Amino acid sequence: MAHAEAIIPNARQLKLQLKVAERRGKLRALMLVAPLFLFVFISFVIPIVLMLKNAIYDPDISNNLPQTTALLADWDGKELPSEAVYAALAGDFRGSEQAKTSALIGKRMNYEIAGIRSKVITSARKAKVLSAPPYKDQIIAIDPIWSDIDTWTAIKRAGSPITSFYLLNTLDLESKPDGTIGAVDPGRAVYRDILKRTIGISLTVTLLTLILGFPVAYVLANTPARIANILMIFVLLPFWTSLLVRTTAWFVILQDNGPINDLLLGTGLVNHPLPLIFSRFGTIVAMTHIQLPFTLLPIYSLMKTIPPSYMRAARSLGGGPVYSFTRVYLPQTLPGIGAGCLLTFILCLGYYITPALVGGPSDQMVSGIIAEAINRENNWGKACALGTVLLTATLVLYFVYNRLVGIDKVKLG
Amino acid sequence: MKLPSYATPFETFVYYATLVFTGLVLLFLISPIIAIMPLSFNAEPYFSYPMPGLSLRWYDDFFTNERWMSAVKISLLVAALVTVLATALGTLAALGLSRAGLPFKPVILGVLISPMIVPVIITAVAIYLFYAQLGLIATISGLVLAHTVLATPFVVVTVTSTLSGFDHSLSRAASGLGAPPLTVFTNVILPIILPGIISGALFAFVTSFDEVVVALFITSAEQRTLPKQMFSGIREQISPTITAAATVLILFSVTLLIGIELLRRRSERLRGASS
Repeated sequence: MAHAEAIIPNARQLKLQLKVAERRGKLRALMLVAPLFLFVFISFVIPIVLMLKNAIYDPDISNNLPQTTALLADWDGKELPSEAVYAALAGDFRGSEQAKTSALIGKRMNYEIAGIRSKVITSARKAKVLSAPPYKDQIIAIDPIWSDIDTWTAIKRAGSPITSFYLLNTLDLESKPDGTIGAVDPGRAVYRDILKRTIGISLTVTLLTLILGFPVAYVLANTPARIANILMIFVLLPFWTSLLVRTTAWFVILQDNGPINDLLLGTGLVNHPLPLIFSRFGTIVAMTHIQLPFTLLPIYSLMKTIPPSYMRAARSLGGGPVYSFTRVYLPQTLPGIGAGCLLTFILCLGYYITPALVGGPSDQMVSGIIAEAINRENNWGKACALGTVLLTATLVLYFVYNRLVGIDKVKLG
Repeated sequence: MKLPSYATPFETFVYYATLVFTGLVLLFLISPIIAIMPLSFNAEPYFSYPMPGLSLRWYDDFFTNERWMSAVKISLLVAALVTVLATALGTLAALGLSRAGLPFKPVILGVLISPMIVPVIITAVAIYLFYAQLGLIATISGLVLAHTVLATPFVVVTVTSTLSGFDHSLSRAASGLGAPPLTVFTNVILPIILPGIISGALFAFVTSFDEVVVALFITSAEQRTLPKQMFSGIREQISPTITAAATVLILFSVTLLIGIELLRRRSERLRGASS
C-alpha cells in the first residue's frame, strides 16, 4: 500500500505539478518569441515613437535662443518686451552666429510668419556686433520686424519645445496670437486638399478594383478548376511582380511616345499624344492595376465557398435572375467585398512610389508630401506630423479590418 | 461556368457580357508585363511598337554596366543576409506563438506584424530619425536591419500558418518516447514545417530584394540597391535598359513566388493527407 501511495500523488500535488509545468511552458513560449519581439521593439517601435515625438517636439528655438525664450516666458504679450529681452536676443544671436544656427532659427520662424526667414538671418548677422546698450533701439533699427509684437509672440510660441504647431498645420489650423485655434490664411491652406485628395484617389481606386474584380472573381470561382487555375495565372503573375516593376511598366506604357499613344496616333483617333503620364488618370490606372488582386482574391476565396445550389434553389422557388442575385448571392459575398475593399483602401492611403513616378505634382498623396517635406524642405516636424495622421488613420482602419477578417491574413491572400 | 438551361435571354446576355468583361480585365492585368518584356529586345531606344529590329543591347548594357551590376550585387547581398536573420527570428517566434498558453498573445502578435501594416513611408522616416542618432545611415548593416524588420512579419505569418496544421501530439509522442527538446525539433517538427520555413525565407528574400522606399531614405550612392537604381533611373533619364532590368526582375520574382506557391500546395496536400 505504501508503495502505491508513493507513485500516485494526491490531487493537490498533481495540481501543483501541472501549474509548474504550465508555467514552464509559458516561459518557454515567451523565450521563443522574445528575440524577435525585442528586435522589432527596438528597431521598429522605438523609431515610430521617435517619429510621433518629433511631430510635437521641436526645440529649435528654445535651444538656439535660450535666454530670449526664458525671459519671454514671463512676458504678457501686450506691448513690446523690455530692454532685458532685447539684450538677451543680442546675446543669443551672438551665440547662434558662432554655432552657425541662425539659418535654423530663420527657417523655424518662417513657419510662424511667412517671409521672415531672411530678415531673421540678416538681423542675427548684424546683431552680433552690438556690444553696448540700449539694445532695444539698435535691434529695431536693424529691421522693423523687431518692433512688431507678432514677431515676439511667434518667438514665444515657437520657444516652447512641445508644440501643437505641426499637428494643427496638417489640418490647416494654427494657434492664433490671441491663443485661439483657427484656420490658417487661405494662401497656406494646402493640407486639407492633400488629405482629401489622398482619400479621394484611394476611394476611386477601391471602387474601380471592386467593379473590375467582382465579375472576374465570380467567373474564376465558378469555372472548372482546370481552366480557373490557368486564368488565375493572369491574376497572380502581376501580384507576384514588385510594385516598382509594375509602376515602371506603366511609366513606359503611358509615355507620350509609348505603346498606347502610339496606337492611338497610328489609328488616327487622336492628333496629339494624350497626356497619360504625369496625370491623375495615369496614377489611378496604375494603382488600380496594382491593387486589383488585393480586392479580387478575398472575394474569390469567399465565392468558392458559396454552393451553386443556393442560386438554383432561389431560381426554382420563383426568384428572377436579378432578384436571386441581389437577394441570395450578393449578400453572401459581402464579407469578401468588405475585406478586399478595406485592405485595398488601407494600402492605397500609404501609396508613395506610384504617384511619385506616374503622377504629376497635383497627384501626390500624403506619403509623397512626407517625402517631399524631408527631401526638399528638410522640415521634419511637418513630415512627422503628417506621418502621425497617416499612421493613426491606418491603425484605426486595420483595427476594423482585424475585427472583420483577422490580422494574420493580411497581404498573403 | 455553365449557362443554366432555364436561362432567360437577359441572362444569356449577362452571361456573355461577364465573360467578355472578365477577358478584358485579365488582359488589363497582364498587359503591362506583356508590353514591357518585348520592348526590352527593341533594337532602337524607343518604347513603341512595331519594333524596327530585335537586339540584346539593353541586356548587354544591364549586365556590363558598372552601376547596374554593383546594384545587383548589393541587393543580393542585403537580401541574403536579411533572409538568414528574418527566417531565424521569425521561425523561433512562430514556434512560440503556436504554443498553447503564450500570455499576451494578441499584443505580441500585433507588435510582430506591425511592420507589415504601417505604411512604408512612415517606417522609412522613423528609421531614418532613429539611425541618424546611431550613425547607421548609409551603411549596409543599417539597410539589412531595416529590411529584416520589414521581412519578419512575412516569415511569422507563413510559418505560423504552417504550424496551425501541425499535429502537436507528434512532438508530445516524441518527448514521451524520451527525445530531448532539440531532437524533437530537428527530427519531428522541422521536417514537417520545412516547406513553410522555406516559403517564409523566400518571402523575406523578395521583400528585401524589391524594397525601395526605405532604401531611398537611408542609403547613399554606395549602397545603391537595384530598386533604388531603377527608381532614380526612371526619375533622371529613362533608358530602355530599365525595361531589360524590369524583365529580369519579373522573371526572378515570378520564379521565387512560383516556388512559394508549389511549397504551399505541397504542405496543403500533406496536411490534407494527415487529417
